[in-house]
Amino acid sequence: MVHESLGQILVTTILSGNFVLAMFLGMCPFLGVTHSVAVAFPLGLATTFVIAIASISAYLLNLVLGPLHLEFLRLICYIVVIAAAVQLVEMFVKKTSPSLFRALGIYLPLITTNCAVLGVALFQTAREYDFLQSMTFAIGGGAGFTLALTLLASVRERVNLSDVPSVLKGTAMTLMLAGVLSLAFMGFAGIGG
Amino acid sequence: MSTNTPVSTATAPRNMQEFMEGIWERNPVFVMVLGMCPTMAVTVSAINSISMGLATTFVLAASCWLVSLLRHVIPKEVRIATYIVIIATFVTVVDYAIQAISLEMYEALGAYIQLIVANCLVLGRAEAHAAKFPPVAATLNATGMGLGFTLGLTMIGGVREILGNGTLLGISLFGADFQPWVVMVLPPGGFFVMGGWLLLFAIYRERKDRGNAARTAEASHGA
Amino acid sequence: MSAETLAAPQVTPTAVLLRVLGIVSAICGLIIVGSYEITLPAANANRRIALERAVLKVVPTAKTIAEYYALPAGGIEQAKGGEAPAGVAKFYAGYDDAGKLTGIAAEAGAKGYADLVRVMFGYDPVCQCVTGISVVSMRETPGIGDKILIDKDFLANFKELDVKLKEDMSALVNEVKAVKHGTKTNPWQIDAIAGATVTSRAVGKGINDAAQFLLPKLVPNIEKLKVKS
Repeated sequence: MVHESLGQILVTTILSGNFVLAMFLGMCPFLGVTHSVAVAFPLGLATTFVIAIASISAYLLNLVLGPLHLEFLRLICYIVVIAAAVQLVEMFVKKTSPSLFRALGIYLPLITTNCAVLGVALFQTAREYDFLQSMTFAIGGGAGFTLALTLLASVRERVNLSDVPSVLKGTAMTLMLAGVLSLAFMGFAGIGG
Repeated sequence: MSTNTPVSTATAPRNMQEFMEGIWERNPVFVMVLGMCPTMAVTVSAINSISMGLATTFVLAASCWLVSLLRHVIPKEVRIATYIVIIATFVTVVDYAIQAISLEMYEALGAYIQLIVANCLVLGRAEAHAAKFPPVAATLNATGMGLGFTLGLTMIGGVREILGNGTLLGISLFGADFQPWVVMVLPPGGFFVMGGWLLLFAIYRERKDRGNAARTAEASHGA
Repeated sequence: MSAETLAAPQVTPTAVLLRVLGIVSAICGLIIVGSYEITLPAANANRRIALERAVLKVVPTAKTIAEYYALPAGGIEQAKGGEAPAGVAKFYAGYDDAGKLTGIAAEAGAKGYADLVRVMFGYDPVCQCVTGISVVSMRETPGIGDKILIDKDFLANFKELDVKLKEDMSALVNEVKAVKHGTKTNPWQIDAIAGATVTSRAVGKGINDAAQFLLPKLVPNIEKLKVKS
């Protein structure tokens, strides 16, 4: 029952409460798909779309489950809806842009296990957001996710052209870079008021 | 008909191997880099890490056990959906269990308990292993993976707690005047400590490889 | 090449798919419901203990606690067991051994630095002021934001925090707000902790929002609560 304005929610989810850099959601694609911006950015957009669907579905599901006192079925319902949404997105991408579909490869169906998607549904339920707040939260979350992925991808692309010590190559370097990025985003603390 | 069902009377050493591989050799956190979301988020203290690790181990073991029991019955078209439903069930169970055991731990772990459903490690093991092996082997392997996961989480959580709070498992190590390195218990700290461990392991591996290469060179020279 | 090797791979008929999904869902449903029922008593006991502890911290003279709802449309009603209806604010009336009202406790929450900061605050209807706070849950930065737990000067803000209502009892006379450390001049302000402004402001905002919703409904009905019903 917290009164947060839409603007506040939008700003905090993108900056000070960034899904990836502050809440650690969506780590698998963050560490796995950020080798190039050309793949990271579209994946971010696809994930944002799925997050939006998941958010609306979670809100509607709660309207049904709440009065029926079936809260314990929440988790299963959320995840089934997410799996269905990802299927839809897959079919949509395949039809509209086959080259993108090929580029994203296995990461498209893996959006189902993306903590960010399920996380949105869970967090908006825990914070008892109403419909508009949930939508803003979802869009902000997706935007923040895309932002973080794209930033890390662009940094990694450049770092790959530099002389990285052999012991740091790979995931260790990515994590260090992510840490610095996360540190930078901490500077946005309190920006939402 | 499938022909890939291994001998169901697995020998003791084989089961031991199933159990042990997840603890170190194929540690989910440091080797396979799976299940990252909870890793970073809850490893702000050793006790939180252990709790999350044990919760995940329970979900892993129970889900893999059930998946393995039903492996001949689940048609391959719906296997992922079925695995997810099974995993979600046990996550719900663990969610209630923690609420009944310790409300404090429940508040500390928060939504990340339910996020175990999205943990790639659990779904990954169910798909790659439990679906192909009999229940005993599957459950042992899953438990080993879970304990390895717990070990990895605790290694990160322990370091973060020591540096960021001056305590380990709540026991103060450096006295009241310790100036904690606060960033360690904040999000960036999670990234840095995990990266730090990977760096140490890489250094260790490089040294070992260099040592082996030198010894093989010596041996071939001497021969 | 025999015909078998060129045959299409076996596709499971839909009826079988549905049957399997149905059986698995049934098994899982049973497991969930079973574990819910088994853990419910213990979980509820834990929640009640935590609640009582929080209420007693801000209304220490209470010997028994009664739970009430403040309704969005106005007025109050005693809580019956079960889920709270949507949009209500819960509050707790503390009574001494003689059944006389000793204080009210209510929850407040607002977004802090990391996540929600939830506090329980005590309210004294006689002086129309907050008498103390107790942090219920928070994930603020250790060593910085979590100073709200122990900083004596910060906690002293809440010993007599002014939350008087206007004459028409529609809203607070003065908004409760956290001000920069060292600039507090009025009893309805909260002196923020230096370096922990965000968390301090969250506590202030939480109490303000909660009081603005709760008090206009509670104060007109305070007579109903004076003696334990």
